[in-house]
Amino acid sequence: MTDLIVIGAGPAGIAAALRASALGLRVVLLDDQPQAGGQVHRAPAGTRPVPPSPEARTGTVLRDGLAGSAVEARPGHQVWSVSADFRVDALGPEGPCHWQAPALIVATGAQERVMPFPGWTLPGVVGLAAATLLLKAHGIAPGARTLVAGCGPLLGAVAAGILKAGGQVAAVADLAAPADWARRLPAMAARPDLLARGAGWAARLRRAGVPLLFRTTVAEVEATATGLRARLCPVDADGRPRPGGTVVEADAVAVGHGLLPSTEITRLLRVEHAFDAVAGNWAARLDGDGRSSRRGLYVAGDGGGIQGAAAAPLRGELAALAAARDLGRLDAGAQDRLAAPLRRRLARAARFGRAMAGLMAPRPGQVEAITPGAVVCRCEDVTRAEIEAAAAEGAREVNQLKAWTRCGMGPCQGRVCGDTAAALLARHHGIAREEAGLFTGRTPLRPLPLAQLTGEFGYADIVLPPPAPL
Amino acid sequence: MTQRFDAVVVGAGVMGATTALHLARGGMRVALVDRGAICREASGVNAGTLTLHMTRAALIPYAMRGRELWLDAPRWLGMDAGARAAPGLSVAFTPAERDMLEHRAAARRQAGAPIELVTPARARQVEPGLNGDIIAAAFCALDGHITAYLTGLAYRRALVAAGVALFENAPVEGVDSGDGGFAIRAAGATLLRARRLVLAGGVWLERMLGWLGLRVPVKCLINQLVVTERLRPVMRSVLGIANGLLSLKQFGNGTVLIGGGWQGIGDPDRGGVEAIPDNLIGNVRLARHAIPGLAEARVARIWLDLESETADALPMIGPLPGIEGAHVIGCAHSGFTSGPYMGQLLADFILGREPERPLFDPARLIPPQPAASLESIP
Repeated sequence: MTDLIVIGAGPAGIAAALRASALGLRVVLLDDQPQAGGQVHRAPAGTRPVPPSPEARTGTVLRDGLAGSAVEARPGHQVWSVSADFRVDALGPEGPCHWQAPALIVATGAQERVMPFPGWTLPGVVGLAAATLLLKAHGIAPGARTLVAGCGPLLGAVAAGILKAGGQVAAVADLAAPADWARRLPAMAARPDLLARGAGWAARLRRAGVPLLFRTTVAEVEATATGLRARLCPVDADGRPRPGGTVVEADAVAVGHGLLPSTEITRLLRVEHAFDAVAGNWAARLDGDGRSSRRGLYVAGDGGGIQGAAAAPLRGELAALAAARDLGRLDAGAQDRLAAPLRRRLARAARFGRAMAGLMAPRPGQVEAITPGAVVCRCEDVTRAEIEAAAAEGAREVNQLKAWTRCGMGPCQGRVCGDTAAALLARHHGIAREEAGLFTGRTPLRPLPLAQLTGEFGYADIVLPPPAPL
Repeated sequence: MTQRFDAVVVGAGVMGATTALHLARGGMRVALVDRGAICREASGVNAGTLTLHMTRAALIPYAMRGRELWLDAPRWLGMDAGARAAPGLSVAFTPAERDMLEHRAAARRQAGAPIELVTPARARQVEPGLNGDIIAAAFCALDGHITAYLTGLAYRRALVAAGVALFENAPVEGVDSGDGGFAIRAAGATLLRARRLVLAGGVWLERMLGWLGLRVPVKCLINQLVVTERLRPVMRSVLGIANGLLSLKQFGNGTVLIGGGWQGIGDPDRGGVEAIPDNLIGNVRLARHAIPGLAEARVARIWLDLESETADALPMIGPLPGIEGAHVIGCAHSGFTSGPYMGQLLADFILGREPERPLFDPARLIPPQPAASLESIP
C-alpha cells in the first residue's frame, strides 16, 4: 500500500518525498529522467566530464539522501496518465506499471517559453533550458559559437556555462535593460549567494569579450551555408521592436523567454487554475501549503507558480506536511509547528524567485511582434496568420482554435504553443486570458508507444464488451 | 435585452446547426444558441466514421444521404470539412463473429446498404494492412471518413453567411411558453422570443425537454477515442469488426483514429472525465490486431465523446406533442453521419414542406403528461 505518490524528482519532489517518508508515509517518487535531481540538480550522464557546480554538488547530496531513505524512488519512469482517484500509470524500463495512493504531490516543475520568431524551429536553435541540459548532463555547448538570447537568469548561467565548457558565446541579447535588473536588486539580496554568482557570470563574460546587448531581441534566424545568421533588433521596455539592429553569425542559438509552470497533470485532473497576470502564466490555484481544489492533490515547486529552485524544497516539505495531516498521519498542531519555520524561509526565498519571474514575464510587445509567417505550433506548423484567421472566423477559446487549425494537436499536446496561442487569441479579441482559456488536459501526457500499451497478446486475451446494436 | 426570431434553435451541434441553416435559407429569422462554442461537443470530437457497417439498419437510408451531403459539403455548406470516400470493411476473426457479420450484413443490405460479403483474400486486396487471420469480411463501397474537428468552422461560416444570429457561450437558463410562443432565457440577460423552438441538445436533451415539462430519459454513452501520431500509411480503408466494437481509419495527415464505442467515465454534467484503463487497452489491442502495422504507432491523445440514446435507441426528430411550435432533434446512432440530412428534414417540416423521408416522432417516447405540467415552466 502506498500512502503518497510524488511525481517529479526535482528539488520540490525530493524534499516532499523525504519529508513524507520521515513522517512514516510510504512514498513512491516517480521521474522520467534516468536519475533524480530534476533540471536544476541534473546528474551528469557520464558521457563527458562535467565541471563541478554548486547545483551538481547539491544534486549528489539529494540523491544520496534518497538512497538512504525509505522512499521508493523510481527514476526512468515516464508518467502518461493520472486518474481522478490517483492511479498513476507510467512506462518504465520493464514496461507499463502503475501505482495508486490516496494522496498525490505533483512536482513537475517548469517548462520554457519561447516567443516564436522566423527561424526558431531551425536545427541549431534550442531553448535556454535545453542548453543547460547539454551543459549539466554532458558538459557540452549547443555549438562552437552560440548566440544566447531571451530574458531572465538563465541567460547568464547558459552563457557562462558555455564558456566553461570551452565554447564561444557570439553575444548575449537580453530583453531587459540593466536598470530592469537593478530595480530587482533589493529582492535579489534575499539570496546573496545567487547574486554573487550572477555577478561572477557577468564578469566572466566581460573578461571573455562577449558583447552584452541589453533591450535586444532576436528578430529572425536564418540558415546559411556555414551555420546560422541571427538578426538582432533593439526593443523598448514593452518588448516592441525599434529601428536598427545588427547581424550575428553563429552555429547555434540558445533562446528562452522565461518559464511556465507545468500544468499538464493539474489540467488533466480539472482542478481550478488561475492566470497570474504579473508572471504571465497559468498555475493551479493552491493554498499556502500547496493544496489544490481537488482533495488529496497537492502541487509543489515551480509547477504551482514560478518561485525558483530555492523555494522549491520548502514548498515540497510544506506539501508533504499538508498531505500527512490530511491523511490523518500528523495532527494539526504538529503540522503547524513543523511548517512555521518553512513558511518563514519560503517567504524569503519566494521573494527572490518572484523577482526573477518578473524579469521573465512576457512583455506585451513580444506577442505583438510575432510575424504573421512565424510558426507558433511547431508540431503542426501553424503560423500566427492562421491563428489570426481562425480568430477572425470566430474562435475565441483555445480549444476551438485547436480544432480549427490543429494548433496544439501534435505530439507535444500544446505544451510549447499553448501559451502563445492563447495570448494571440486574447489579443485578437481584446479579451482576458481567462476567457481565451487553456487547452484541456488529455492523456497520454507524453506520446505512448502503442505496442507498449497493448503488450503482447492473442485475440482471445481481448475482453470484449457486448456488441453494438444492429 | 429581448430579441425576436421566427425560430430559436438550442444546441449548436450538427443537428441544431443544420436545422438552423436550412430554416434561415428558407427565409426565417433564426437564432442558434449554445452554452459553449459551436460544435465543441460530440459534433466536433467524434471519430468521423462514415460507415454503413456500423449504422443501425433503420437509419441506413438517412446515413447514405448524410454521407453524400458531407462529401458534397463544398457545394451546400461552402467548405470542405474533410470528408473523404474510402472503402469500408467489416471483418470477423472467430466463427461467432462470422455469423454475426453475415447476419448483420444481410439486415443492412435489406435496408438498402450496398454491403456484400467478400473472401478474406478480397478483403486483403482492399486493405493490404489487414491481419491475415480474418476468416470473413464484408465490403461496402459507400463508406469514408471526415475530420470532425473542422465541423464547427464549416458550419459557422455558412450560418453567418445565411444570417443566423449565433449566441455562443450563452447557456439557456429556462424556457417560458405561452401566448403561442416561447421566451428563451439565456445567460447575459438575453431574452429570445420565437413562435418556434427546436431543441437539439444531444445528451442534454433530457434536461432541455424538462424545460417544457416533458420527461424523456436520454442515456449518455461515453465513447473513448484514441488518435496516434502521424505515421507512414498503414491502412487505407475504414475498418470495423462484426461486433461494431472497432472503428479505424488513417487520415490524410497520417494520424490513425481508433474508436468503437468503448466506454469511459463521464456524464452530462462533467463531460468526458477519463478513460478506463482496461477499456483503453482492449480497444487498442483490437485495433492493433486488425492492423498489425499499428504496433509502430505512438498514441498522441485519448479523449471521450458523449453520445445520446433514447429508450428504443432510435432518434427523436419532429414536433413535440401538445406544445405548439416546439420541436426536438437528436439521439441518432451515427448521428454525425446523418446529421446534415436529418437537420434538413426537420427544417423542411418546420417550413411547411413535405420531408423527403419520415421523421422520428418523439411522441412514442413521451408518456401522457399531466396537463398541469405544461402550464407553468420553471
